Amino acid sequence: MSLKDKLTELHDRGLAEIKKSADLKDVNQVRVSLLGKKGPITEVLRGMRDLDAEERPKVGAFANEIRDDLTAALAKRREELENAVLNAKLANEAIDVTLPGTPVAKGEPHVIQQIIDQIEDLFLGMGYQVLSGPEVEEDKYNFEMMNLPKNHPARDMQDTFYITKEILMRTQTSPMQARTLETHDFSQGPLKMISPGVVYRRDTDDPTHSHQFHQVEGLVIDKHITMADLKGTLQVLAHELFGDKFDVRLRPSYFPFTEPSVEADITCFNCGGKGCKVCKNTGWIEVLGAGMVHPNVLRMAGVDPDVYGGFAFGVGPDRFAMLKYGVDDIRNFYLNDVRFLKQFTKKG
Amino acid sequence: MKISYNWIKEYLDLNVKPADLAEKIERTSVEVDDVIKPSDGLKKIVVGHVLSVEAHPDSDHLHICQVDVGEDEPLQIVCGAPNIAKDQKVIVALPGSRIADNVKIKKSKMRGVPSAGMICALQEIGFPEDVVPKAYADGIYVMPADATPGDAVYDYLGMNDSLIDLDVTPNRGDMLSLYGTLHDLSAIYDLPVKFDQPAVKETGAAIADQLTVHADAALAPQYRMRLVKQVKLAPSPMWLQIRLWNAGYRPINNVVDITNYIMLKYGQPLHAFDYDKFSGQDVYVRTAKAGEKLTTLDEGEHDLDDHDIVIADDQKPIALAGVMGGLDTAIADGTVTVAIEAAVFEHDHIRKAAQRHNLHTDASQRFERGVNQAGVQEALDAAAEMMTDLAGGEVQAGTVVATDNVPAPAVITITMSHINAVLGTELSQDQVTHILTTLGCEVTADGETLTVTVPVRRNDIHIPADLLEEIARIYSYDELPATLPTGRMTMGELTTAQKLMRATRHSLEGLGLNQAISYALTTEDKAKMFMMQASETTKLAWPMSVDHAVLRMNIITGLLDDIAYNSARKVKDVALYEQGRVFYREDGVDRPNEQEHIAGAITGTLLPTAWDLPAQPVDFYQVKGIVAAYLKDMAVNGDVTYVANHDMPEMHPGRTADILVHGHRIGFMGQVHPTIAKQFKIGATYVFELNLQAIIDMPKQENQYDVISRYPAITRDVAMLVDDDITNEQIVALIEKRGGAFLQSVKLFDVYDGVKVPKGKKSLAYTLTYQDKHATLVDDAVTQAFEKVEKRLQDDLGAEIR
Ligand SMILES: [Zn+2]
Repeated sequence: MSLKDKLTELHDRGLAEIKKSADLKDVNQVRVSLLGKKGPITEVLRGMRDLDAEERPKVGAFANEIRDDLTAALAKRREELENAVLNAKLANEAIDVTLPGTPVAKGEPHVIQQIIDQIEDLFLGMGYQVLSGPEVEEDKYNFEMMNLPKNHPARDMQDTFYITKEILMRTQTSPMQARTLETHDFSQGPLKMISPGVVYRRDTDDPTHSHQFHQVEGLVIDKHITMADLKGTLQVLAHELFGDKFDVRLRPSYFPFTEPSVEADITCFNCGGKGCKVCKNTGWIEVLGAGMVHPNVLRMAGVDPDVYGGFAFGVGPDRFAMLKYGVDDIRNFYLNDVRFLKQFTKKG
Repeated sequence: MKISYNWIKEYLDLNVKPADLAEKIERTSVEVDDVIKPSDGLKKIVVGHVLSVEAHPDSDHLHICQVDVGEDEPLQIVCGAPNIAKDQKVIVALPGSRIADNVKIKKSKMRGVPSAGMICALQEIGFPEDVVPKAYADGIYVMPADATPGDAVYDYLGMNDSLIDLDVTPNRGDMLSLYGTLHDLSAIYDLPVKFDQPAVKETGAAIADQLTVHADAALAPQYRMRLVKQVKLAPSPMWLQIRLWNAGYRPINNVVDITNYIMLKYGQPLHAFDYDKFSGQDVYVRTAKAGEKLTTLDEGEHDLDDHDIVIADDQKPIALAGVMGGLDTAIADGTVTVAIEAAVFEHDHIRKAAQRHNLHTDASQRFERGVNQAGVQEALDAAAEMMTDLAGGEVQAGTVVATDNVPAPAVITITMSHINAVLGTELSQDQVTHILTTLGCEVTADGETLTVTVPVRRNDIHIPADLLEEIARIYSYDELPATLPTGRMTMGELTTAQKLMRATRHSLEGLGLNQAISYALTTEDKAKMFMMQASETTKLAWPMSVDHAVLRMNIITGLLDDIAYNSARKVKDVALYEQGRVFYREDGVDRPNEQEHIAGAITGTLLPTAWDLPAQPVDFYQVKGIVAAYLKDMAVNGDVTYVANHDMPEMHPGRTADILVHGHRIGFMGQVHPTIAKQFKIGATYVFELNLQAIIDMPKQENQYDVISRYPAITRDVAMLVDDDITNEQIVALIEKRGGAFLQSVKLFDVYDGVKVPKGKKSLAYTLTYQDKHATLVDDAVTQAFEKVEKRLQDDLGAEIR
């Protein structure tokens, strides 16, 4: 048998043994037995001395080839076996990915707060300031400066919690408008503000009445503000709160502090305007009151109604939330059942 | 105010359905609460002729009736009404019919006798109890004798009319009448109205010889009376009864019905007195004298005082002016001479009288809002004429008049450019003039300046802005363009305080607390708990209930109420925060100072228990972690320290700490005292409350960059036994003070106070981290520094290093 044939045979036998090796220990043994110093390949190479000078490099090259081949096969087998071990280990580590995740602490903003923030952000973007005045107000700012003198019949419309004859729990957030109008410097630009906050009425709490609720009132005063601007602004507000497909319509109404006064209705979101129980078959839902600021209000605050004018509006976030989510009892907003609060996850 | 569609159609050539008319009114003048057609929902209800009535053999109150309902054979109907009688025309609900409240009537047997249908009372076909004529209140209704058996009853009873229920705003008193509504509709639809005004046939003697009236113009700007003799009281004709009950009034007799009818038609409240019951021939409008009393028509007794305007004869008050007449001079059986009063009373007095005596009547409602002061005599004349017509009365010649102050019409100038500038429209002068004219105004123009004379009945129009509203609503708000304000730009930005309040809420939500909004008005007891500073209470003068009577001076009690509410509903894990105001008041000052606070309350577990998360009931340190993280979020500049407070009455004496920033107390935290928790019916609860205003006002840290050392850190652990009263803060302070230049941080990693340490001692263990920013630390240097600290711990705190 020639040296070359021997090497070929060694090669084939070696590959077979490598293939047969079942674990890393086997692989190691095969490596030692094939390629070790006392292994057959070393043995064969030692026999090269007997070859003639012409043959020697050829066989030498062939032997190296065989050795490299076997080394590569060993490495490959080792990797295969290592992977198998790792895969077995990983398979063992498999978990039920459908088990629930570990709870983390996460609280939610109150639904009314979410609506107020949404309204604030909208008007901030349109260049309004946010101003919140005192909750305990003077009769002067809550009523008189709002064109509701002491004997005005409309005072009966808003039953008021008085503390003394002149001090009361504000029934609206518009007193802040009067306070701001008094101090605003129109040479610095128009007055554009919203005043969000808690207000109080002398009501017995029931599903549709609460002695405490929220209001956001808006006011814009400048030299050239129109009722069309009011309509456009309310449209933007309705679209922000309810969605673009909602229409706004204005109806005549009465507030002592605005003239003309309007109520704004939006398309009934329950029926989309076709008429249903929620909207009493009108297709519309009343959402806010508004109007052009009454000249008396401006005059009382020291603003010349012949030069300046503008609009005011007032919205009730409680009512919005009730309409938007179908909340059937206003008291839910103030009892703070966590099961209720948690339903209004802040989106985004 | 319910207004009849059919009645409107008598005056106005309208071609719209009732629902569309209602919609138009709502869009253009006042709100509409409802449109009702009384016959809606009723079925197979017809006129019956009672042919015979026999007693039921097995009942002492039932009757067996044979009733002709226009069919070949009469129906046998068992009827229990006490007023059933032969030959009556009655309301029959046939078998298969539907009566009020969607009740279906079927053939049945009553005590063994077959009954094919039901003979109905008005209430049973949907009439409200308070409009049914008294004669039929407790029995069946008897129809007019000429009603045809088998005909549906609806037209006989006015039930096919549509009634539009107007919710009239306080400024539109003119809409509280048919005529007022017609004026508005005339403008809305641009149609003429055919108003009628009857002439009075004065057949009697001169009234001036029989009656004199006296009034103070400040109380009654107008006061007039007519006298009608020889009236014959009787039920009103059917058409009049229908008008009244459809408007919500009970028909009483022709004289009283006429006064109500005229009020509905003209908006002018009238009062009919029995003239023969007057003492003397003089009638006075005056303020009441202290001690005077009056029994009103509704038999209510009223103590009067000088705030009340009364109508009086020689002796005593006979009516509470503008509110309700007196019982003594009321129209009653035997009345033959009627004095009809038509007046205008000062509205403020009337409003207050109605409130004081709790008598809100249709008359007071109209006087409060103002009646048509130019139409008082017309209404009076129309009433007198109807009393001739319907009660055979003789109207005495003339009207006695005490005061006659009809206000001058308002005259307003307004320019076209102002109208279009405020409304954002491009209306022409013709359009505007036309709108105002259809509303009854007289308009003269001088260039673009209009001079508008407003009819007296529109007492809500005084200034140009009032005219703008009239123009805008009749033109239609739908036609207004929708634009946004233009003009100088303004910045919209939250203030620093507003930003911090938002950041506060976001921070606490991120830390697991849900935002609560509780009531700021609470009980006096709760208002005064958990006080952070001395303050007087602020109380409502007239609270609705003791539960909401005093302004809170803490936020926590509201949160504890919320926890109690949850707890009562078996929700045991509650984590809430609230941002809001507390109200501190100084003695002698009426108005409290409002301070922003932030508070939290946690009961049960903060994190929900789960398969991989065992229950971890909230404790002091968890809440402290939240407070600390929140204050860090707010970048409060200065050391935050926690000092045990054993003295807050509502807090656990051993588990409460004051929270100080730079030595300044900004709040407290800890466990609610178990006695207080029990009082609120809640379990163990941990709370905190901070003065948010103080946090807003504090200086804040700026972010700054500090080089991260490239050189390795070395750590050393120290465990020690110390006396129980040595605090972590003392130990850390000492280590930090004596730790040497390279000490970077001290971290507590173990606290043990169990059986393995001697009584009165506890074991604490800390990791000290050393690092040199500029070089690699030498182990020896650390050891040296560390040993120095160990020694100080032993010497200064008596620590036993383990
Ligand atoms: Zn709807």
